[in-house]
Amino acid sequence: MKKTLLSLFALAAMSATAFAAEVQPALVYGTGGKFDKSFNEAAHAGAEKFKAETGIDYRDFEPTSDTQGEQAIRNFASRGFNPVVAVSFAWTSAMEKVAAEYPDTKFVIVDSVVDLPNVRSVVYKEEEGSYLVGLLAGMASKTGKFGFVGGMDIPLIRKFACGYVQGVKAAKADAQIFQNMVGTTGAAWNDPVRAGELTKNQIDQGADVIYAAAGASGLGVLQTAADNGKFSIGVDSNQNHLHPGKVLTSMVKRVDLAVYNAYKDTQGDKFTPGVQALGIKEDGVSAAIDDNNKSLITAEMQAAVDKAKADIVAGTVKVHDYMSDNSCPN
Amino acid sequence: MSTASVPLPAWISYGVIPLINLMLAFFFSGLVIWSIGENPFEALKFLVQGALGRGDAIGFTLFYATSFIFTGLSVAVAFHAGLFNIGSEGQAYIGGLGAALVALALDRYVPWYVTMPFAIAGAAIFGAAWAFIPAWLQAKRGSHIVITTIMFNFIAAALMVYLLVNVFIVPGKMAPETRTFLPGGQLPKLDWLMALFGLRLGPAPFNVSFVIALVMCFLVWVLIWRTKLGYEMRTLGVSPTAAVYAGVPYVRTVIVAMLISGALAGMMALNVVMGASARLQVEFVAGAGFVGIAVSLMGRSHPVGILFAALLFGILYQGGADLSFEMPNITRDMIVVIQGLVILFAGALEYMLRPAMVRLYQQFAGK
Repeated sequence: MKKTLLSLFALAAMSATAFAAEVQPALVYGTGGKFDKSFNEAAHAGAEKFKAETGIDYRDFEPTSDTQGEQAIRNFASRGFNPVVAVSFAWTSAMEKVAAEYPDTKFVIVDSVVDLPNVRSVVYKEEEGSYLVGLLAGMASKTGKFGFVGGMDIPLIRKFACGYVQGVKAAKADAQIFQNMVGTTGAAWNDPVRAGELTKNQIDQGADVIYAAAGASGLGVLQTAADNGKFSIGVDSNQNHLHPGKVLTSMVKRVDLAVYNAYKDTQGDKFTPGVQALGIKEDGVSAAIDDNNKSLITAEMQAAVDKAKADIVAGTVKVHDYMSDNSCPN
Repeated sequence: MSTASVPLPAWISYGVIPLINLMLAFFFSGLVIWSIGENPFEALKFLVQGALGRGDAIGFTLFYATSFIFTGLSVAVAFHAGLFNIGSEGQAYIGGLGAALVALALDRYVPWYVTMPFAIAGAAIFGAAWAFIPAWLQAKRGSHIVITTIMFNFIAAALMVYLLVNVFIVPGKMAPETRTFLPGGQLPKLDWLMALFGLRLGPAPFNVSFVIALVMCFLVWVLIWRTKLGYEMRTLGVSPTAAVYAGVPYVRTVIVAMLISGALAGMMALNVVMGASARLQVEFVAGAGFVGIAVSLMGRSHPVGILFAALLFGILYQGGADLSFEMPNITRDMIVVIQGLVILFAGALEYMLRPAMVRLYQQFAGK
């Protein structure tokens, strides 16, 4: 009897230490690399914020191929890292496999959905944020012509483009929008020179606001637009500061929050699996307005954005999601 | 007397010299690692352990090596005919389309060993077809094969993105990829082979394609050194004018060499598409076509050499990833530097040490 009690105690003690949720955070980036000033860097910022607040260090990894991504996620899980956060839809199938192999580890995937009891899937309503920046673009433009430079022609980028077009048209119904993609390979996310050339081309056709949704390539869009005295719109991270007064706004996607919350929730033992769809209402996406672009945003534009936000939250304005039927109304 | 023409025994030219070159490459990599403040010996330990230390590590190493064998052979076959095929990347990409179409069509009805021969044929035919146009342009119009095959890599990428995003994508899914193949469309893992050596394969996607790759090594050897076509190709590679003068049909030989090259590149897709991910994904080739150029160069365009060079690159890929995982200071760009040094010393500077070796050899051989 004594023995069983003792072993019960031991068991309780063991489970208690397990319960105290030892956080050992890990982060796997997309193949774009850590310092892309955009999507991956936002994830990095979230992890850094957690580290600064709690003093708990994290480990990260930059995979170069799909196989390496899966290996990295598995390596982290097998070494007891918890939670393991993987940003980019490219890790969907990897996450499906590894999360099933390690049911006691908590996983977070950003930009995609994995339906497993230990996985939190964080997706963003990029169409809503893109609608807002499109609205601002529509009001800032003098020519009525607009540019969109995407990285690669994949559903995610079409989602950005579709929201943008709707926002622009909400401000200027007869707007003309030029859309170009940087490339067809992974290099497309890291080719600022080519993105800049596309931007130049769009400017030559009359565009005076150009929205970049192309990872690190977007830096070329911002640079070219600034050089030619036109407006650009940044993406994922707040990029207003890169060319103060030249970047109209940035469509901020709070990837940092997804990473930070994953670590924080695990630490506080409040981790919940399931899908989190973050839109304007949840503060997951927004149009960045700060000191760098304040002078560009008129009171009228500010009012329009505030109204659009309220309408979207209230549901009176519905921004069409490309993913819902794989098509865009315009 | 010039040292270039002095014959060296095979064990020196194919054994000692590459080994010394490799050591030099590792020595300079060590200096680079040391200069960023990490311990090079520690790094080497992680690299070797990460590539060969565990069952699954060996599995991943061999998985990468399998891809490199196919693309290495592809580059080598064209090279023997004097053609520099830079298009293995695109041919492998399109080969994936062939393999995937077969897998998608048959996986519901038949087991894998029935699907496999059709998939091999599908991958090979699609890969060859992609090599055909550059080959025809080279043979008939004189458009340089290097330029056309590079361009075809981009066309292949554009075509595949279009097909995956608009045709094959599973509706509502974010990732541009086909549905997952059922077991009838997958190539089984070689875990029993690993078990023979007492190793556990674990999650590593080391699969039957490795056996196909070995068979192809043998077939390429037969083709190049034991057939009339191979002889014609080699003659063409040494001197096109002499070959034509001797009656080798130029157009036919160029086109056939490129078709075989494309087919071998296409088969690389079996390893990744059917052996590992069980679906066709964008960018699945991930540079293996270009690594094939280095592998073929280092392997002196000989199947045995290619086999070893592919293994070496498999080790560098797998071990390198593990190294940057264990030592976060060593970024992925650092791994590329190390791979570059290996290519530089073992591939490009092949003959740097040869004169010294010849002198040493002559002294010891007493000539």
